[in-house]
Amino acid sequence: MTQPYETVIGLEIHAQLTTNTKIFCGCSTEFGKTPNSQTCPVCLGLPGALPVLNRQVVEFAIKTGLATNCQIAPRSIFARKNYFYPDLPKGYQISQFELPVCEHGWQDIELEGGESKRIGITRIHMEEDAGKLIHGDTPEALGTSLVDLNRACTPLLEIVSEPDMRSADEAISYLKKIHQIVVYLGVCNGNLEEGSFRCDANVSVRPYGQAELGTRAELKNINSFRFIKEAIEHEVERQIDLIESGGKVVQETRLFDSNTGMTRSMRGKEEAHDYRYFPDPDLVPLVIDDSWIDAVRSSLPELPDAKRKRFIEKLGLPEYDAEVLASDRLLANYFDACVTHAKEAKACANWIMGEVLRKLKETDTLIGEVPISPVMLAELLDRIADNTISGKIGKTVFEKMWQTGRGADELIESEGLKQVTDTGAIETLVDEVIAANPDQVAEYLGGKDKLIGFFVGKVMQASQGKANPGMVNQLLIKRLKGN
Amino acid sequence: MTIYDLTLAELRTKLDNRELSAVEVAEAYRARIAATDQDVNAYITVCDESAMAEAKLADQALAAGEIAPLTGLPIAAKDIFNTAGLKTTCASRILENYIAPYDATVIARIKEQKAVITGKLNMDEFAMGSSNENSAFGATRNPWNLNHVPGGSSGGSAACVASRQAAAALGTDTGGSIRQPASHCGVVGLKPTYGRVSRYGVIAYASSLDQVGPITRDVRDSALLLQAIAGHDPADSTSIDTPVPDYQATLTQELTGLKVGLPAEYFIDGLDEDVRRAVEQAVATYKELGAEIVEVSLPHTSYAVACYYLIATAEASSNLARYDGVRYGVRTDQAENLIDMYMQSRAAGFGAEVKRRIMLGTYALSSGYYDAYYLKAQKVRTMIRQDFLDAFAKVDVLLTPVAPTPAFTIGEKTNDPLQMYLSDIYTIPVNLAGTCAMSLPCGFSAAGLPIGLQLIGKPFEEATILRTAHAFEQATEWHKRKPEF
Ligand SMILES: [Zn+2]
Repeated sequence: MTQPYETVIGLEIHAQLTTNTKIFCGCSTEFGKTPNSQTCPVCLGLPGALPVLNRQVVEFAIKTGLATNCQIAPRSIFARKNYFYPDLPKGYQISQFELPVCEHGWQDIELEGGESKRIGITRIHMEEDAGKLIHGDTPEALGTSLVDLNRACTPLLEIVSEPDMRSADEAISYLKKIHQIVVYLGVCNGNLEEGSFRCDANVSVRPYGQAELGTRAELKNINSFRFIKEAIEHEVERQIDLIESGGKVVQETRLFDSNTGMTRSMRGKEEAHDYRYFPDPDLVPLVIDDSWIDAVRSSLPELPDAKRKRFIEKLGLPEYDAEVLASDRLLANYFDACVTHAKEAKACANWIMGEVLRKLKETDTLIGEVPISPVMLAELLDRIADNTISGKIGKTVFEKMWQTGRGADELIESEGLKQVTDTGAIETLVDEVIAANPDQVAEYLGGKDKLIGFFVGKVMQASQGKANPGMVNQLLIKRLKGN
Repeated sequence: MTIYDLTLAELRTKLDNRELSAVEVAEAYRARIAATDQDVNAYITVCDESAMAEAKLADQALAAGEIAPLTGLPIAAKDIFNTAGLKTTCASRILENYIAPYDATVIARIKEQKAVITGKLNMDEFAMGSSNENSAFGATRNPWNLNHVPGGSSGGSAACVASRQAAAALGTDTGGSIRQPASHCGVVGLKPTYGRVSRYGVIAYASSLDQVGPITRDVRDSALLLQAIAGHDPADSTSIDTPVPDYQATLTQELTGLKVGLPAEYFIDGLDEDVRRAVEQAVATYKELGAEIVEVSLPHTSYAVACYYLIATAEASSNLARYDGVRYGVRTDQAENLIDMYMQSRAAGFGAEVKRRIMLGTYALSSGYYDAYYLKAQKVRTMIRQDFLDAFAKVDVLLTPVAPTPAFTIGEKTNDPLQMYLSDIYTIPVNLAGTCAMSLPCGFSAAGLPIGLQLIGKPFEEATILRTAHAFEQATEWHKRKPEF
């Protein structure tokens, strides 16, 4: 009989910042350049070189802190984390240890069933990234490694959560929230494959009801949302099996292998670190005054949660629509711009989530590059709302707008797509259709009400789709019943 | 007239008057170095060719009337300063073939004025030492007596200036490394306030203590060279953005009413009698010059050496981690694996004292010891700084010995590191307090070795100690003595 265990998870997220230059020197942070071409004495760790803090990194840290309800430290300090590795040019990483820039934050996540849960954020601190090792894989180069320091000294934020998550799903939910926020803020591009957004998970289990935490393992090297779930679930299973079979979990770092779906221990010399943190004497304490915080606060965009809430409460969107539209900042901006010009928010939502997203996918286009501006889409929706065209014709117009970049009114006019609302003209078509289909008329009158759709289709076809479908329906019934 | 006996100020006049050309000056120094350096060993690298090229450029500038205060003046730099295109070794095996790709800010500043860099000077490896015996390229000798040490770690700089191998030199001072050798070699050494001069491009020993300063023949030259290197540098976050006064302008002001403090804790047992006599003589001179002598107390002085050897070594253990053989410097080719490569390269590249201090510092920062050592030392440092602030509430400058004894003999203290560390007992507190101080000649021992006087000033009050020193220099003849050499 398996004893029930509770899973406890805390996440350490590393978000690479989108500043143009590195955190402690003026080198470019551009990705994918010739190895070591974006380096200088500072990021190469040459003798005598000194770091100078990039102000924008601090601003990004404040932004992220405010967005996650953190307190911004009026005075924070940088520390050296000492260890040897060939990708670490100075033999220490400049990070923050005591007095990080942000502390005591939180982020709410939604649980299944609509309940919400608050996940504590212990701290957010700034630090520099290391370089990259390229291991020789040709026969001649086997056993040799090259060092590329282009990435060395690029800015990172480490966002450390409390051990507040109780399942892999909660961890994913929290991770996605943070991902959304940093991308929304524009401080990180959120690319998991390129490693711009990375996550380590501290996982432990304990019998339900036990207050103290179990021994944790730190899972590293997880570069997709799916893998994080797999890695956590596998690790929980491993720990429970271990305990059940009388073993003990040891505190260690484990690497996730996406090929096997397993984690394996990386116990050994590289793990036996005493980082000997101490304040970096090359950098003065970072002082952030209220006016700086206020300036950053006023530059914050509306965040996804607030947006979603507004979409539901102010615009009356269903929860699902609000969630989809708020998930991406540019998409939400597109929607907002459309709504301010259109009559109906729900119609905007439907069209953006339907036609616009479909088209983006089909044509592999980004929301920022859509050839139909929100104002143009609003105009199209208004023509549907005021019955100038039918929804169906609207889709044709949308297609043409996408291809030509021309406006809805212009296209409706030039293509003669205006809806027929003239009663007389529709009546003529109705009469023609009734006259041409005597058998179906007889069946209809014999009680086959469903056949009304057949007649509507015929009339619409005859009008080349331009007749107002509601009027067609009405006139058909009137005529058929009148017969 | 012997060219190499002229001070910076005298050379300036003669260059400006066309009595001399920069090339003539450079040639005189080249000959002087060639004639004397096999005895002194002050230089690690002598810049024959580049110095001559720089001298020619200086002459062109002089001819064109584009004259900066240092144009054409021969200045040498401790081998701790990065100098683009020149070997920069820090007197260590681990950097013996390292050619710097960039200039330290202070080097760039003197180059901009078209000074002529005569070469790179010997020192204790990574500035760790008080005798210059810890150089991977052989000990420097004291020009006053070749059996004696010149002091350290800027021993090459002080010996170079004393033996007329450059008109002036740049050194660094972490716990007395400018003042103590200046004292032992009978020259003037100034350690500015922490943050006054950029550390960018200066190979770090202990970042919170290191400071660049001039070593010169007299006080006026000290002011002249400090003027050229002082000032804010955006590349050094710890350099302070506060205006640099005109140090020459206030140099000759009278001392009447100046309050000179004598810290009781600095005149204790262990102070050599010759040194005590010379310093007491200096106190008498200051009285005659109109200064008011006040006894003060720096109560935490006895903790300074211990405090220093925790903080400095802790920082050094981290600062020297970059010498790992991966990107530059010595790398063993015997290594079996990565850890082996680190260990063998560093074992081969670093000297004994450097290793000792790295171990000491690593220990002080280790988990379980951090609070008891590093953190405690930081607290003590705050108290020592407060001692100085309290004293400076009562006096304008402090007057003390520089070192407890004149220069000791080569080999005398190499096997007793603790004894060696104590030779910086009067200079270390100034670095911990972060303020400015200088050493100037104030007498000679019975054995004919120079003795230095230390003047300590308030933070950023270099002008005050320069003026105080200048008045003493005007009243005495000590600085005019030259080693028979
Ligand atoms: Zn760089």
